[in-house]
Amino acid sequence: MKALAFAAGLFSASAALADLPVLTVYAPDYFTSEWGPGPTIEARFEEECACDLQFKPGDLLPRLLLEGARTQADVVIGLNTDITKRARASDLFAPHGLALDGLTLPIDWTDDTFVPFNWSYVSFVYNSEVLPEPPTSFESLIAAPNDLKIIVQDPRSSISGLALILWVKAVYGDRAGEIWEGLAPHILTVTKGWSEAYGLFTDGEAPMVLSFTTSPAYHIAAEGDLTKKAAIFDEGHYAFFELTAKLANTDQPKLADAFMAFTLSEAFQSAIPETNWSFPAALDRSAWPQVFQDLPNPKTAIFLSEDQAAALRDEAIEEWRRALSK
Amino acid sequence: MAARFVQISAALMVMGLIIGPITAVLWGAGSMPAPRDADWQALRFTIWQAFLSASVSVILAIPTARALARQNFFGRGVLITLLGAPFILPVIVAVLGLLAVFGNSGTVNTILGWAGLPQISVYGLHGVVLAHVFFNLPLATRLILQGWLSLPGERLRLAEGLGLGPWQFMSVLEWPMLRQVLPGAFAAIFVICLSSFAVALTLGGGPRTTTLELAIYQTLRMDFDLGRAGLLAGLQLIVALTAGLLALAVTRAPGFGVGLDRVIQRQDATKILVRLQDAVCLVCVTLFLMGPLSAVVLRGIGALHDLGPSVWWAAGYSLSVALGSTVVCLIWALALAHRGGEWLSLAGISLSPLVLGIGLFLLLRPFVHPGDLALPVTAVLNALMALPFAVRILRPEVEATRQDHARLSAALGLSSWLWLRWILLPRLKRPLGFAAGLTAALSIGDLGVIALFADPDRATLPLQIYRLMSSYRMEQAGAAALVLLMLSLGVFWLFDRGGRANV
Repeated sequence: MKALAFAAGLFSASAALADLPVLTVYAPDYFTSEWGPGPTIEARFEEECACDLQFKPGDLLPRLLLEGARTQADVVIGLNTDITKRARASDLFAPHGLALDGLTLPIDWTDDTFVPFNWSYVSFVYNSEVLPEPPTSFESLIAAPNDLKIIVQDPRSSISGLALILWVKAVYGDRAGEIWEGLAPHILTVTKGWSEAYGLFTDGEAPMVLSFTTSPAYHIAAEGDLTKKAAIFDEGHYAFFELTAKLANTDQPKLADAFMAFTLSEAFQSAIPETNWSFPAALDRSAWPQVFQDLPNPKTAIFLSEDQAAALRDEAIEEWRRALSK
Repeated sequence: MAARFVQISAALMVMGLIIGPITAVLWGAGSMPAPRDADWQALRFTIWQAFLSASVSVILAIPTARALARQNFFGRGVLITLLGAPFILPVIVAVLGLLAVFGNSGTVNTILGWAGLPQISVYGLHGVVLAHVFFNLPLATRLILQGWLSLPGERLRLAEGLGLGPWQFMSVLEWPMLRQVLPGAFAAIFVICLSSFAVALTLGGGPRTTTLELAIYQTLRMDFDLGRAGLLAGLQLIVALTAGLLALAVTRAPGFGVGLDRVIQRQDATKILVRLQDAVCLVCVTLFLMGPLSAVVLRGIGALHDLGPSVWWAAGYSLSVALGSTVVCLIWALALAHRGGEWLSLAGISLSPLVLGIGLFLLLRPFVHPGDLALPVTAVLNALMALPFAVRILRPEVEATRQDHARLSAALGLSSWLWLRWILLPRLKRPLGFAAGLTAALSIGDLGVIALFADPDRATLPLQIYRLMSSYRMEQAGAAALVLLMLSLGVFWLFDRGGRANV
């Protein structure tokens, strides 16, 4: 019988709970997995919404653009700031109508469509046993001996990789190409995505990897490992936000609004740090888990608006590509 | 008649799975832009690395396969099974395994350091080729070994009776056999290396080693430009199909005449020099393959007890998908085990997996919710991915059987069902077992097209490994990868062993 149930499970659609309205939320795969925030958030929202919240994992914007106005999604969670311009132009999204004064971000956020739910700073994470004195700026990294190697992600395939080149471009402007030429000897390799790079780092292939200032929190809280630290650069750090938005064509507008408001509530925000390993976007610092409060803080938050980022992106990628192809 | 019908419908299905998606993507785009300079650069690099990777894999596979064909030693069966392993690992796992051996802080550099020798860097074109050879050398070896084992025993005995020397032996018997096997093996590996992306980038060390597949990924994920993606996928398809045509053009039809279908031990294998040469070759290949695989085992073994039930469920789903793929793939492969079929099956792996996924998504969406079909779609696409290898494995034996027994069968007036049941299938036991094992194992390790066809409730094992990694659980991901390796190898061994039972 068990085998039969298993076989039936293979080919049948997931059954909806009887009679409850369904709120469909598109989310990235890491978000909905059992180790991500999805399960906690689903349980907490269903306690108060009298609805069935269903996360659909997968690519967000490519899928929405392919589906167009006929999409089943009511809300999408997990977009990032680098694609909001394209997302906005699709006219698929509706204004959120929320008061944003509860946000606790390092920058002012006034967007009427996309609402951040978590954030972090892009930074290099290093192993302090191998690297007792980490670089304190891009220039000190360039000046370090060439055997100090870093692993970065490709800006053409990874959003954290893209954030890195925007960070360098925002700080150095016309000098960005020169900075990349200086960094090139230190770049051990470039990976498709964050997971490959971080896996190589934890395997000891290089002492530094491009990640986030919040990454060490995982190692401290979950593994009791105090050796992984974020290198804080004097230039400031690029801030990385993940966003939520409501679909204009939702057939559950009230539920969608309720969920959008819920993303800024304490019930939602308190689930973020230790499942998403990032800072909550609307929770007072004093309410963060201690390990997050203790993380070192960059002096300046660097952020490019979507128009600035879009204007610089192709040029910055090309500068990066040219410098690293030499 | 029935046989003809199966052949044609299999061909149509495979063709539909190639033409349908790329047409849907181009249709969705409306227009097609012109390629950019960077695209031509990527195209040149893509072809060059695939050519090098396939050449090195095939050249090294010849002595390895010969050694395996003529020597009998303790552990030979295990070694042949393990040869299937590199090919089936998810890319991310294999890359971590390779770098644990050849990387900056890998075993090789550690040993060099002890010996006071300068360190080597694996990153660059040589690293890309190294990784692709790691994946494909074992496969090429198995394909060529298949050829050696198919030499009719009577010919070997006759050659020995005539006292042919090694060179004469080579030119009279082995070279014609290689002419029949090598081009197909080369083409299949060349085509699979064409769509390399994560491996080429990571082992290549940076944007110098940009492949077309990366450009397609960027175009779809970052720019959402279907037209450009269709164009790039089209370029890749043309290169692959040309390679396939060239390979088939230089392939020679089998010409060994009719044998009595028996296996015979070769006499030259016992000479001491030959034995030494074979031993060196096998030891080198074993070390090369086992190093990274041992690294995968060592990474995983510590956290094995720490795996939650979801990983075991995922293993179950992966196994079901694999069995489905195997059935589909073997039916297609039997129907397409001819010249045109081999070319068609190559086309199946020539289309960028991303474009294939998006195209299918566009085609299916008006009728069903794609997430509901995640597992069946994965099974069918995995069958498509394994098809060229299955056809390559089956075709020589199918054609030889046809040549050897068709006249008699025609004289007896056997129906196509009786022919299949009594003549063809019994003779195909060994290649069928191998093809089934390879397809199933490959399917277990394949991530599939989850980006668009993700099922919220049923994750496959490779997907679960990625999820563990993206939530920082690198140790558990390593353990899940070990489960995957064991599962794939177990399935591979069962099928393959079943096929070799009487050898």
